[in-house]
Amino acid sequence: MSGSFLFEAIVFLAGAIICVPIAKKLGLSSVLGYLLAGILIGPYILGFVGDEGQDILHFAEFGVVMMLFLIGLEIEPKNFWQMRKTIVGMGGAQVLGTMLLSFLLFYTIGFDWKVSLIISMAVALSSTAITLQTIKENGLMNTTYGASSFSILLFQDIIVIFMLAIIPLLTDIEQTAVADDPSDHTYLLENLPLGFQALAIVLSVVLVVLAGRYIFVPMLRLVAKTRLRELLSASALLIVMALAYLMELVGLSPALGAFLGGVVLATSEFKHELESNLEPFKGLLLGLFFMAVGASINFIVIRDNPFMVSGLVVGVIVLKAVILFLVAVTFKLKADQRLLLTIGLAQIGEFAFVLLSFAFQLNILNRMELDTMLVVTALTMTLTPILGIINERLILPNVGTKKAENRSVDHIAKTHKVILVGFGHFGSTIGRFLRSYGIEATILDNDSNRVDLLRKMGFEVYYGDASRMDLLESAGIAKAKILISAIDNPDTVIHLTKMVKEKYPNLKLMVRAKNRYDAYELLNTGIENVYRESLDTSVKMAGDVLHHLGFRRYTIHRQAQKFIQYDEEGLRKLAEKPNKTRDEYIFRVTEMIKEQEKQLEEDLKRGIIEYDNQWDNEQMRAAHKQDKDN
Amino acid sequence: MFAHPKFERSRANKSLVEIIKDLEGVTFHDLYEHYPDFNINVKAEKKLLQEHDVIIWHHPFYWYSCPPLMKQWMDVVLEFGWAYGPQASALQTKKCFNVITTGGTREVYCPTGTNKYSISEFLRPFEQTAKLCGMEYLPPFTVMGTHNIGDLEIEKHTLQYKKLIGFLLKNQTFGTVNTCEFLNDTPGLNKEIDK
Repeated sequence: MSGSFLFEAIVFLAGAIICVPIAKKLGLSSVLGYLLAGILIGPYILGFVGDEGQDILHFAEFGVVMMLFLIGLEIEPKNFWQMRKTIVGMGGAQVLGTMLLSFLLFYTIGFDWKVSLIISMAVALSSTAITLQTIKENGLMNTTYGASSFSILLFQDIIVIFMLAIIPLLTDIEQTAVADDPSDHTYLLENLPLGFQALAIVLSVVLVVLAGRYIFVPMLRLVAKTRLRELLSASALLIVMALAYLMELVGLSPALGAFLGGVVLATSEFKHELESNLEPFKGLLLGLFFMAVGASINFIVIRDNPFMVSGLVVGVIVLKAVILFLVAVTFKLKADQRLLLTIGLAQIGEFAFVLLSFAFQLNILNRMELDTMLVVTALTMTLTPILGIINERLILPNVGTKKAENRSVDHIAKTHKVILVGFGHFGSTIGRFLRSYGIEATILDNDSNRVDLLRKMGFEVYYGDASRMDLLESAGIAKAKILISAIDNPDTVIHLTKMVKEKYPNLKLMVRAKNRYDAYELLNTGIENVYRESLDTSVKMAGDVLHHLGFRRYTIHRQAQKFIQYDEEGLRKLAEKPNKTRDEYIFRVTEMIKEQEKQLEEDLKRGIIEYDNQWDNEQMRAAHKQDKDN
Repeated sequence: MFAHPKFERSRANKSLVEIIKDLEGVTFHDLYEHYPDFNINVKAEKKLLQEHDVIIWHHPFYWYSCPPLMKQWMDVVLEFGWAYGPQASALQTKKCFNVITTGGTREVYCPTGTNKYSISEFLRPFEQTAKLCGMEYLPPFTVMGTHNIGDLEIEKHTLQYKKLIGFLLKNQTFGTVNTCEFLNDTPGLNKEIDK
């Protein structure tokens, strides 16, 4: 029952909007919600979506590309280099182990050796989309489990290139004619000798690195100066698409190219801006991808061979889990992390769709084998999030090392986070002073020239408009302890603080206020820590004036502190009564000033402030005189 | 080293300071004026100490001790390894004493008086600090009973003080110092002033 483009879009969006919140409400991951939505709208239940599910799958795979770009953004090159051993070690062990075991399994149950080899390749690959989405949703990216999963998936992304290169070699000679036919899998360099292909691949990686530094960053700077937000979104999309296209051209995985591009841009000031711009696209595309997976589950195949399909699904999951468990043991992961990894990666991934269809086009697999394996793939992808929940709810609480793991120093350092918004004269002083204590605030500023300059001076400053919640979120507001607002424009400050206070009521807000009036407004919105830029400095200056007039500096110092205290108290008193009419307000201000004047006059009459009279007053003198007279 | 949080209100101290502060060879160093926020510049203070042979701790006697900034000064400036300790020699052989003003009279600082202990007993921490730093600690110079003291009395103390500083500047002896409770009592200081 396929209809127009609009109808399809409505079906997918509505499916997502209905199923995902339900999944979330039940405490399940959004991935599962999307998958179920896909099954629901797919050809076998509601039948809104038919065969075009496969096309949508191909389109939505771009979400995976985007996700890897975003992951790349979070990994600085030096960290990436540090991971090289885990990537090759864990990834290599996992892929080879799984391939060997599943090859033996499929060969012994009677498949042809070529078919077994293809299937073992497909089985070895896990789902980047499902695993990483779940890891990110649970905030586990910084754990050993997160890093290990990521390493393995990255290795798979690289190895899939070789797999795609090997598959054509498995075809019989008379069948190569057919192999040349499918146009979507031919690429520019296909007819070049192998050495040139390798060279081209190396060159394209170098090209990505250079482009990142010398084309993308200057382009983003240029775009940032226009101050048009949608142009930044456009640039972000352009970068990812260009990277993917280039990779496809030379026959590399687009996801891998996007990841590399992300790593290159991870150290640029646009990191957070790119993140927040691409996040919604990535989310939607990935959602679409999961739904397409759900919709593509062929229930007829299941009905016809229920035992074989379920046997294969269980077999594959167990097989992958065993290998992953062994890998985790070899690489000395802690018990809970080991379990998470074992279950987290025990599915067949989206690359299987590509590999299997490719092999089908080359006539290595027949229709039946393809359909069965596609169903098995989709089912394992659907099952692992469910297994993950079972693991998390029932098994992990009994393993008991989870809490200890979270307490590492690294974790504490990461949660003591300060976000500093606005890095003008006011904010930069705050940033510099915090830095003198070794506190590196995450800085946001919306002046790209300043961002550029400060970055050259070694500050970690990001470009962006802080009144956007998504940007604050990618700057880590959810984990931050304190948010400092040092913005000049009072309207922006009010908007920002209200927004943050609503969404993150437990975050400590420390806010710069222009003057008394802004301070009143901020106090009335419930902000406790308000700092008037016009208070301390002017009192200090007045104190210096008094010093030049010949007054004692210590006495002035005490008086100044007392004065600031008066003023702060008065400010809070005035703010308590919200100012309805201007007249009333002005009346109260004059009243306040009068009161202050009176107090100050009194101080003057006494000649010295009351509270410092302990060692020199008339009563003391009189008492001594009395003593003496007696 | 002068420490008085309320110098502007002190007759006795004003008089004492006025007479000596511009003398050649004397550096009058007003701690509360230099460091109103208690943020003492240790390096500058050390340099100042090294440039002088006699260190005077001049302060009112608050709760049987010095005002807090002077204690802060001792805490941060007299560092281990510089002022005291096995290798420290920065202050060796310098002379040191307290100049104090008290509200109570001399009579109340005795076993039968309200303050029970004598001034020199109360000054023990200063004495031991000076000794640990290798300095020669002299008895204190005092102006006592400042609450009800007459201008003439203050004048007398001021002149004594000037004389004392004069002797110290010329490095002259002015009688057997160590046997007196207060430097005020040394015969050399009292000769002409009583007239």
